[in-house]
Amino acid sequence: MEITLTINDRTFKADVEPRLLLVHFIRENACLTGTHIGCETTTCGACTILLDGKAVKSCTLLAVQARGKRLTTVEGLMKNGRLHPIQEAFWEEHGLQCGYCTPGMIMAAYHLLQENPNPSDEQIRRGLEGNLCRCTGYQNIVKAIQSAAAKLA
Amino acid sequence: MIPEAFEYFAPSSIQEAISLARRYGGDAKFLSGGHSLLPMMKLRLAAPKYIIDLAGIGELTQISEEGDSLKIGALVTHKAIETSDEIQSRCRLLAEAAFEIGDPQVRSCGTIGGSVAHADPAADYPAALLALDAEVRIEGPSGGRSVRASDFFVDLFTTALQQGELLVAIHVPVLAHNVGTAYKKLRQQASGFALVSAAAVVAKDEGGKCTHIAVGISGVGPKAFRASKVEESLLGKTLTEKNITNASHHVTASVDVQNDIHASAEYRSAMADLFAKNAIWVAANRAE
Repeated sequence: MEITLTINDRTFKADVEPRLLLVHFIRENACLTGTHIGCETTTCGACTILLDGKAVKSCTLLAVQARGKRLTTVEGLMKNGRLHPIQEAFWEEHGLQCGYCTPGMIMAAYHLLQENPNPSDEQIRRGLEGNLCRCTGYQNIVKAIQSAAAKLA
Repeated sequence: MIPEAFEYFAPSSIQEAISLARRYGGDAKFLSGGHSLLPMMKLRLAAPKYIIDLAGIGELTQISEEGDSLKIGALVTHKAIETSDEIQSRCRLLAEAAFEIGDPQVRSCGTIGGSVAHADPAADYPAALLALDAEVRIEGPSGGRSVRASDFFVDLFTTALQQGELLVAIHVPVLAHNVGTAYKKLRQQASGFALVSAAAVVAKDEGGKCTHIAVGISGVGPKAFRASKVEESLLGKTLTEKNITNASHHVTASVDVQNDIHASAEYRSAMADLFAKNAIWVAANRAE
């Protein structure tokens, strides 16, 4: 099936099998490997991207479901050679250890801060419920998001 | 994990979707948000040959008021239910139940129609829909029909939907402002599904006596159910904490309680009593 979708303001056209998962389209067709595949069972959130502005798990969507839509992956956050304030904050606050969950965490955090620019500690934790960090570095991830919220204020 | 191959259809009307379902019978599945179906397909627990994607049917995404009820289209997402002013102000219980589903990403995609048609016994909506006396609106090859929530959930992952029929909307009552509701849930931490959840709808008179009570329970048995004994013993009584506690016993008496690695049957039963009590207590306090 012929599909067209926009990722990070770039248009991608491809003829895909209907069963192709969106995360595979992103990684293999668009060659954007920042979006990670973790559990593949809608649990870990490593594959989180924005689909028309909403955080979703791209392992649990078909690429054909995203046709005509606008996607943002972690590669799309950097502007004019500068990291996005959320990315900077993850760096500064040591919001990652192995880094595998990080792209998903950052995209979930991006959505969270768009909806609630000044979240409480509890709201951050609740907002990250769909993302797992197996290094269990949650404390610094929460700190990074607090710091990003302050930068973006 | 990749699903088996299938043919994909994207109809733009309910009629078109139903005629596709009629043509392909048991080999076809409707796709809504895909957050129950796609995981099953990836695990190869389901391998439909034909997928009928409903996303292009605009009328299924609407929330509207119809008489004294709210009509919620099958494709309305959990997120939209959780954040809808209309649902929050007129049927808060449903918004509260939606807020407890999965995680933010799941709520962005998953839909009420998909979840209800899937009929996972540990899902959040069934308890709420039973307590609300909601109606499920169905369209099929031989026309439309409405089924009460209590008749809709038949058994484990089994509903009143017949082959080729499409769940198009859920009707929930607009609750009078003096009615109190509450949804209380004990989550299975890894999955977010309910080990036990309780939804309560309560009204009381000026003297504090219970004039209406409905309690739905999810997560315990093969399907959600109404805690009828608890309701009977509280109706007409003053809603004191003591009366509610005394009534919230043996909630699971007539149910085949699930016993698995997440919780023993004994624990689930004990938690069913506790969460029923808590939901009724909070609802009673919210009732005016």
